[in-house]
Amino acid sequence: MLKLLKNFDKKDWLIVLVALLLIVFQVWLDLKLPDYMSEITRLVQTEGSEINEVLKQGGYMLLCAGGSLASAMIVGYLTSFISATFSQKLRKQLFEKVQNFGMEEIKKFSTSSLITRTTNDITNIQMFIAMGLQMLIKAPITAVWAVLKILDKSWQWSAVTGAAVLVLIMMVIILMITVMPKFKLVQKLIDKINGITRENLTGIRVVRAFNAEKYQEEKFDDKNKELTKMQMFNQRMMALMSPVMYLIMNLLTLSIYFIGAYLIDAAQMMDKVNIFSNMVVFSSYAMQVIMAFLMLAMIFIMYPRANVSAGRIREVIDTETSVKDGKFDKPTKITGEIEFKNVSFKYPDADEYVLKDISFKAKKGDTIAIIGSTGSGKSTIVNLIMRFYDVTDGEILIDGVNVKKYKQEYLYNKLGYVPQKAVMFSGSVNYNVSYGDNGKEKSDKLIKEATRVAQAKEFVEKMPKKYETDIAQGGTNISGGQKQRLSIARAIAKEPEIYIFDDSFSALDYKTDYVLRKELKKYTKDATSVIVAQRIGTIINADKIIVLDSGSCVGVGTHKELLKNCDVYREIAYSQLSKEELENA
Amino acid sequence: MRNEKARPQRMGHGPNRGSSEKPKDFKNAIKSMIKYLNKYIVIIVIAFILAALSSVLSIIGPNKLSDLTDVITNGLLTGINFDKVISIGAFLLSIYLLSAAFSYIQNFIMVTVSNNFARDLRNKISVKINSLPLKYFDSHSYGDILSRVTNDVDTINFSMHQSLGTLVAATTLFIGSIIMMFVTNWILAITAIVASLIGFAFMFLILGKSQKYFDQRQVQLGNLNGHIEEIYSSHNVVKAYNGNKDASDEFDKLNTNVFTCDRMSQFLSGLMQPIMQFIGNFGYVAVCVVGAILTMNGQISFGVIVAFMIYVRLFTNPLSQIAQGMTSLQSTAAASERVFEFLEEKEMEDESSLVKHLDSSKVKGSIEFKHVKFGYNKDKIIIKDFNCKVNPGEKIAIVGPTGAGKTTMVNLLMKFYNINDGDILIDGVSVKDLTRENIHDLFIMVLQDTWLFNGTIRDNIRYNKDHVSDESIMEALKTVGVDHFVKSLPGVLNYEIADNESISAGQKQLLTIARGMIKDAPFLILDEATSSVDTRTEELVQKAMDKLTEGRTSFIIAHRLSTIKNADLILVMNEGNIIEQGNHEELMKKNGFYAELYNSQFQN
Repeated sequence: MLKLLKNFDKKDWLIVLVALLLIVFQVWLDLKLPDYMSEITRLVQTEGSEINEVLKQGGYMLLCAGGSLASAMIVGYLTSFISATFSQKLRKQLFEKVQNFGMEEIKKFSTSSLITRTTNDITNIQMFIAMGLQMLIKAPITAVWAVLKILDKSWQWSAVTGAAVLVLIMMVIILMITVMPKFKLVQKLIDKINGITRENLTGIRVVRAFNAEKYQEEKFDDKNKELTKMQMFNQRMMALMSPVMYLIMNLLTLSIYFIGAYLIDAAQMMDKVNIFSNMVVFSSYAMQVIMAFLMLAMIFIMYPRANVSAGRIREVIDTETSVKDGKFDKPTKITGEIEFKNVSFKYPDADEYVLKDISFKAKKGDTIAIIGSTGSGKSTIVNLIMRFYDVTDGEILIDGVNVKKYKQEYLYNKLGYVPQKAVMFSGSVNYNVSYGDNGKEKSDKLIKEATRVAQAKEFVEKMPKKYETDIAQGGTNISGGQKQRLSIARAIAKEPEIYIFDDSFSALDYKTDYVLRKELKKYTKDATSVIVAQRIGTIINADKIIVLDSGSCVGVGTHKELLKNCDVYREIAYSQLSKEELENA
Repeated sequence: MRNEKARPQRMGHGPNRGSSEKPKDFKNAIKSMIKYLNKYIVIIVIAFILAALSSVLSIIGPNKLSDLTDVITNGLLTGINFDKVISIGAFLLSIYLLSAAFSYIQNFIMVTVSNNFARDLRNKISVKINSLPLKYFDSHSYGDILSRVTNDVDTINFSMHQSLGTLVAATTLFIGSIIMMFVTNWILAITAIVASLIGFAFMFLILGKSQKYFDQRQVQLGNLNGHIEEIYSSHNVVKAYNGNKDASDEFDKLNTNVFTCDRMSQFLSGLMQPIMQFIGNFGYVAVCVVGAILTMNGQISFGVIVAFMIYVRLFTNPLSQIAQGMTSLQSTAAASERVFEFLEEKEMEDESSLVKHLDSSKVKGSIEFKHVKFGYNKDKIIIKDFNCKVNPGEKIAIVGPTGAGKTTMVNLLMKFYNINDGDILIDGVSVKDLTRENIHDLFIMVLQDTWLFNGTIRDNIRYNKDHVSDESIMEALKTVGVDHFVKSLPGVLNYEIADNESISAGQKQLLTIARGMIKDAPFLILDEATSSVDTRTEELVQKAMDKLTEGRTSFIIAHRLSTIKNADLILVMNEGNIIEQGNHEELMKKNGFYAELYNSQFQN
């Protein structure tokens, strides 16, 4: 947690310092108040006091209270500025860091975890700083100062106050010990209940087909009962807090008066009035002490949560990006060329290679297809070209230059990538197709043409606002096939040298798949294409098909060649099409 | 050059829901809440009485404390009357203890009631999910329903035991302390009230302002979180298209918006406490000064001032509690509105009047569609007039491009949806005369999305069927060829399936087929798609599927040519409608949509 405070710059520290001084001032004023109270009490008690004197003391007291309010306002302004700046900066830092991450780091943390780290975790810390910072400074100062003020008044009073503080702290500790672990269990049970509900919802057809509604409901009620029991216990325990707190505070006042009565009775005549006014003052100091300790207890309750969040954020910030940017950004002599030279890849910390010794070369205008069963390493090849990962051994050359040497922005301008899972941004169709920055202006005409080639024109123009129709985040308002087509249009609009399709046709039916590829070929005669696919039909006409089996290349050639001499290819082919159909093709 | 295409204004989405949500109709929400709380009403009233009593006791306290002070002051010269001190002390002690006890019992009751109520609500939602027509889920997201089960019910639970009790106690305290102040001394009472009111006017002004910033902050934070979510989950595309700069710019803009609201809302809400303190002090001084004047004039005793010092505190505290309680009551109303809205959603038709029953073991297996008319919307009929007769043991293939509405057939056969017109006859009996439960008993259904739940393999296979021996489960697993895999798992049939499992997609599919086998019914609905499976497993799955169709009247959403070619009848679907029917040869001869679809696989 503390290490994150490194993010404070000089100005921030200056503000913290000013806030600190103001808080000290405020505590001084707050503790001065009872003095005036006691003075007023004394005046009221003493026969023949001037009313002016009371007014004067009252004025001082109000001045103190007003000063305390004013400094509290300024402190509030300053701390809210600091905590908001802090979270703004930290959020920015985290966001930029994650943007520069390679896939390896993203996978390590998981996307959803990174999202919570950038959102919830930062909010947690911000809350702690906003509330805790003030309390953290104020509570100990108040506690120590107030204790000092009352210590010399009477040891009996101090003793009861000490006892009250002790009892309160004990209560907080006991509650924390009994309830805290259960809080975690409650969270788990809530997850379970969520799980069962989700399960029922996603499997609603199956549940009904098996007449298993009762079965699901009973399962739900089981966990529900458990949750209710656990939560009830927690809340009953926590409900103790406020009655006990008030009880202790009331009893403390009572005890102080009670003891006071005896003290006064035992004292000399002269001291009696003194002790009496002390008694009134003491009871208000005692409240301050108790409040201060309660504040400290609050911080101890809040701190662990903020600290966990801080740890999670630091984990991200301290992670080094494995893919380092290169410098090369000059035009190349050759274009549209990809070459794999003995490329092997394994995940860091893994023993087994995902890809072993892959070599191939594609020239300008070639279509290269990669096929193989799930887990054979098809997508890994794409991820390596895109430099989402770096190769473990060997090298990948694009236009004769190692991908590691390229400035990433420059490299990506050459590549038109269409991922397996189509990605849509919230924004218009136009925004989605023209997405990104390739160093060129994308005209409306180009966007329309790209949409047409990707077979998306028809449905886009049927939409209410055509190219200006809004796509919801994640593309939830269009179908999977439509998303896929827009995602392909996005690559076309980029006009890249090399197209990379990572199983991008799977959501399309055979017919659309076929027409789209035909149109694409017509439109991009000179472009090189790398196609990862599951369907034989998609790749049957490729110039070169690379067959992968558990990370190794087991065959390279055209469809006809491979049918003759590659077992794995034949196996895949026959599982999809019959013999005569394959031969007719 | 950067792409300057405009991005539309984002709406407030994202995971953060406003803390200050307002219900659409506060009165109505509370009314229906009371209706659902019916059986708890008596005990809630008892809790409220206790809360009020506890407050009353804490008001009597200061009065007695002032008596105590008087006893001490009176004794300053003559010696203190300790009998009196002790008796007042004892009285105060018992008042404090009673007040604490009442307050705790009240809390205890409310916690118990609210948790039981929450449990009821959750169970009701769980039951409700299963009695809603499938249509409901077409237009409502799972996330929405899930958040009602957890977040909304939790909000209701918490605010019920936290704010409801406090609200009653605070109101009692507020009114009670005003009365007591007037009873004790009306001049001081007016002083205290006027002094506090000035402060409170100021505070409510700030409260209103800060509420505005809080609302805004929630919206802005939602926007920012939405952006973060979008960019993180599209990381590869953002990178590949050099969208980083665009993303950063947008982020900066949203981040600054959040910063502004953050700062203001925090600052303003942080003012509450110091202002409260000041009001307390101000009231104190006012009471002291006026009290001093009155004392000197001999109108009141010093004890009255002491009592008022505490009254001022008692009187100022509940106001902010009431304000807080009202806000939380509002979000409760909003939450309960959502929960009750769901609970009052229209359910499936009641079928208790249907008496006809088909016994699964005696059904021969014929189905006839007679002039079936159906549409998901009444004004958009997609199946206009569908007729066909299926004899026992026949195989019907349903084909068509993605999104052609193949699941519509499943929905109609399983009576998940009711047909608009015409009839479907099973063994000559109209489905309209059969309960959904009865129809479900007649069908085995194996769908593409392999649905396994968290639980043992055994429970998953014999799903909702008692008295299934382990032997017959193993037998079924063997038939589909997944017995070796299951045997290799720790605990074998007792193995708990959980999320993120080592069980592959193909194995999951095999397990759901085994589940179908155990069910054993005369009809079969089968989705053949095996898209995420490697070639070897795919073969296994296909074999298992073929086994399952043996001896059953089968409806198959077909993806394999061998299935399609061997089918007794092929239903070709497009855009929701059945556009052609016949067997493979007939359809090829027709040279229509089917033939085109079939041929497009080989063209290049």
